[in-house]
Amino acid sequence: MAAKKTVPKKPTGSGTKKTDRDVLTLGKIEKLARGALAQATKGDNPAVDIRTRTLSNVSFNQKRKIIELGDRTQTREFFNVSMARKFMQTMLVASGCKTLIGEGKTVSIRQMFYMTKHTLPGSSENTFEDQSESDPIIEDLEVGIDALREELHLFANRRGLVVGKLVVNDAGDEIDLARMGRGGWGIPSICEPDALAFVRNSAEFILLVEKQAVWHRLNEDRFWEKHNCILLTSEGQAARGARRLLQRMATELKLPIYALVDNDPWGLYIYSVLKQGSINLAYESMRMAVPQVRFLGMSAFDYKKFAMPKAAEIKLTKEDITRAEQMKAYPWFKDAKWQREIQATIDNGFKMEVDALLTKRISFITEEYIPKKLRDRDYLQ
Amino acid sequence: MPKSKKDTLPLPSADPERDGAPPKRRATAESMASRQREISVSEFFTKNRHLLGFDNPAKALLTTIKEAVDNSLDACEEAGILPDILVEIHETTAATAKAPAKATEGASTGAAGGSSRFRVVVEDNGPGIVKAQIPKIFAKLLYGSKFHRLKQSRGQQGIGISAAGLYGQLTTGKPVIITSKTGKGRPAVKIHLRIDTKRNQPDVFSEETLEWAKDHGTRVEIELVAAFRGGRTGVQEYLEQTVVANPHMALAYVSPKGERLEFPRVSHELPREAQEIKPHPHGVELGMLHAMLSDGAGKTVKEMLVESFSRVSPAVAAEVCKVARVSPKTPADRIQGDDLERLHKALGEVKVMAPPATAVVPIGEALLIEGLKRRFSHAEFYASTTRPPSVYRGNPFVVEVGLAFGGDLPLDETAEIMRFANRVPLQYQPKACAISESVYQTNWRGYDLQQPKGGLPVAPMAVAVHLASVWVPFTSEAKEAVAHYDELLREMKLAVQECGRKLAAHIRARAHAQREEKRRSLFERYIPEVAGAISAILDMPKDKIEKPFFAALPNFVRFADEPAAPPEGSAPPAASSPSDAPPAPPPPPKAGKGRGKAAPRGEQLELL
Repeated sequence: MAAKKTVPKKPTGSGTKKTDRDVLTLGKIEKLARGALAQATKGDNPAVDIRTRTLSNVSFNQKRKIIELGDRTQTREFFNVSMARKFMQTMLVASGCKTLIGEGKTVSIRQMFYMTKHTLPGSSENTFEDQSESDPIIEDLEVGIDALREELHLFANRRGLVVGKLVVNDAGDEIDLARMGRGGWGIPSICEPDALAFVRNSAEFILLVEKQAVWHRLNEDRFWEKHNCILLTSEGQAARGARRLLQRMATELKLPIYALVDNDPWGLYIYSVLKQGSINLAYESMRMAVPQVRFLGMSAFDYKKFAMPKAAEIKLTKEDITRAEQMKAYPWFKDAKWQREIQATIDNGFKMEVDALLTKRISFITEEYIPKKLRDRDYLQ
Repeated sequence: MPKSKKDTLPLPSADPERDGAPPKRRATAESMASRQREISVSEFFTKNRHLLGFDNPAKALLTTIKEAVDNSLDACEEAGILPDILVEIHETTAATAKAPAKATEGASTGAAGGSSRFRVVVEDNGPGIVKAQIPKIFAKLLYGSKFHRLKQSRGQQGIGISAAGLYGQLTTGKPVIITSKTGKGRPAVKIHLRIDTKRNQPDVFSEETLEWAKDHGTRVEIELVAAFRGGRTGVQEYLEQTVVANPHMALAYVSPKGERLEFPRVSHELPREAQEIKPHPHGVELGMLHAMLSDGAGKTVKEMLVESFSRVSPAVAAEVCKVARVSPKTPADRIQGDDLERLHKALGEVKVMAPPATAVVPIGEALLIEGLKRRFSHAEFYASTTRPPSVYRGNPFVVEVGLAFGGDLPLDETAEIMRFANRVPLQYQPKACAISESVYQTNWRGYDLQQPKGGLPVAPMAVAVHLASVWVPFTSEAKEAVAHYDELLREMKLAVQECGRKLAAHIRARAHAQREEKRRSLFERYIPEVAGAISAILDMPKDKIEKPFFAALPNFVRFADEPAAPPEGSAPPAASSPSDAPPAPPPPPKAGKGRGKAAPRGEQLELL
């Protein structure tokens, strides 16, 4: 049942009183700025230490079953030609976040790009040329001062939909996810307890599907009603909001979670990120990874189990095979059952989309595929 | 002139019926004898003018000036006088010899390709010429002091100035006018001279004495039909290059348009006087050897060898005779035939000390840079290298290279090469010259310059290569290009490379300074941004934050205008490239040691 610790409040416009968390975050930003100034004053090279977010600096924690960021840091110095620009950008974003916190507002990372973008006086150089430059800087700042994106009053574009037997409170509005019509409820980018709370839950499990179209199919068939569950789509690779929501539902509602992705290496990787986190956001794994999520499908073995027609096959490309081999080497797929599963796809020589189940019948997925898989407990974890 | 063989061969169009028939006798010894007579100098000159540098009107003008200036410089130096030279070219209004009708006032300098008439004046402050000698020097071909000795000098054959006078006389009919004064208090003589072309004898046309404000000096005036051109082979180019190679010379030049160019002296030091030396046994030719020995009536071969050659001691002479299987006591004038040939061969094989380098006088690294600055006053960098003396075929020589780089030199043109032989600019036949070759063969890309394959570097650069030698081997009598002797080419390349390395050090230092400048401007651009951000975060005034950042900047960027280079090329020790290392001391002079004939490299000699 819903664990109701804090009740989200409706935003009351600008000039809000800062929360304790805001005060903490401001302190971190000021510390960063003061440090740089102190170094410059001493004649040293002003620098920010940022933990390296590369494959070589992440490791798989066998016990907790999540990908964790290592301790290796990169020192970003101002008086260094290759780093000066990024150092400046880091300071600009930090300053932008300070303003946001001060004014009690939250903007998207794209809006932050525009907030901090301007042309340097006397040149044609911009502080940021495009968003692909500012996004990594925001992530750098997160790890650099150990603050979460939402603590910096930033959010990414929301992605992901949810419907089902759950009532939530989002910033003061109570929302019954069973009454969302055809469109579902868009999962907000920030799903922290102070913004989102679970009010009432009567679902017995959660089903996450990779594709919006599959989610549509299931929603139209009222699958969640019949099976008493929460139906969620990540719309491709899961965004932070969806992952955080999933993790909170897993821990707070204590519901089993099933994921249904395409039977190919990319689908499997989406599952993998949900389960143990990604390399780039390894520092967030603790808050986002859901090790207990179960891999419902599609499995390479489903082809035979469900007597799929040949029309369901898509030939594996060279790239697919390379990717599959890479995944076999990941420590978190070392288990024999995963090795079997990945190898089976390679051996099949083809991949299958979840949509391919429509080769059988339109609602085959709703009426037969998923129920049978659940009934047979035919999943991997 | 003998007819070429080709003319006597049957022509393809010859009558086929006559093939195989014995050729009809065309002339008898008697009929030929009737045609055999002495060739007059004017005839010789007319037929061989290309050998003497008078092939075309433009070149005739250049050669005339060049011969006169070279003579003036040689004379001044020999007399120990710092040369002050005046060169004037006046276009005369008289009708031209070739196209009299064309001589309208407006069709001036003849630059359009036609010839005009010019009066050339070259005046020096040299020792002057004794009155009795003037006619011979200026109006007798092959008369001079330089031909008979082995000594570094500009002119070598004594043909030049009289040939110029003859050319003038042949084209305009005007005499050569010489004014000369040999010392203070003495009167000057002014002589009008003609050359009796039949007898190769001077013909004094008129003679007068006059007062001349100068203490001493000589003034030559020659009127000739010529063409005035600019560019690489022009008179002005010659004068400007001469100025580079002769920093001790002051020059004033008045062009046909009346423009006056002045190059004040930049060195008040005369070049060391070149010493005359005897020939070295390694370079002597068979005929020359024969002539030398023939002169030695009453002397033994051994005595003659010791007497005629440099570096041949009695011991060496004995060794030569032993190798040649010739008795040292043989009378010198009796050596001939096989003996002579064996002796010649032995002279080339026996180890003999390299010739003394005192006969060779380079410009010197510091003065070469001063010389370059006279012509390229706004270059960014100068460098020079004077190689240690070396030897080819028994002749000592020194190669030096100077270069001017950057500044107002044209950025995207090929580098300019100035070639000098004994301080005389070589302007013709650059492709045939070993000096050009040495510049072409250098890999300038290694010195951070662009260089198309097999071409000259494309850079704002002028390279001067000077070959100083007792005997400069030219490819032809026209003295336009230096022959490709391995020893010469190797020394030239070494000199060019040494200079190139100095340049590369400068270019790299400059590139480094530019990178530093770029770095600095980058930080300077970002500091206000960083300071603005920090001031917003800490609620502090922006300037309070900018200040320490700007203060810290010098700790991370070397400012171009502080510890970098001193003004380039200003200091005497040759190339002052802004390298951090102190200038390397000159390599210790190697003592000239005895060497065999086939010694692979040019011997290093000491320079006194």
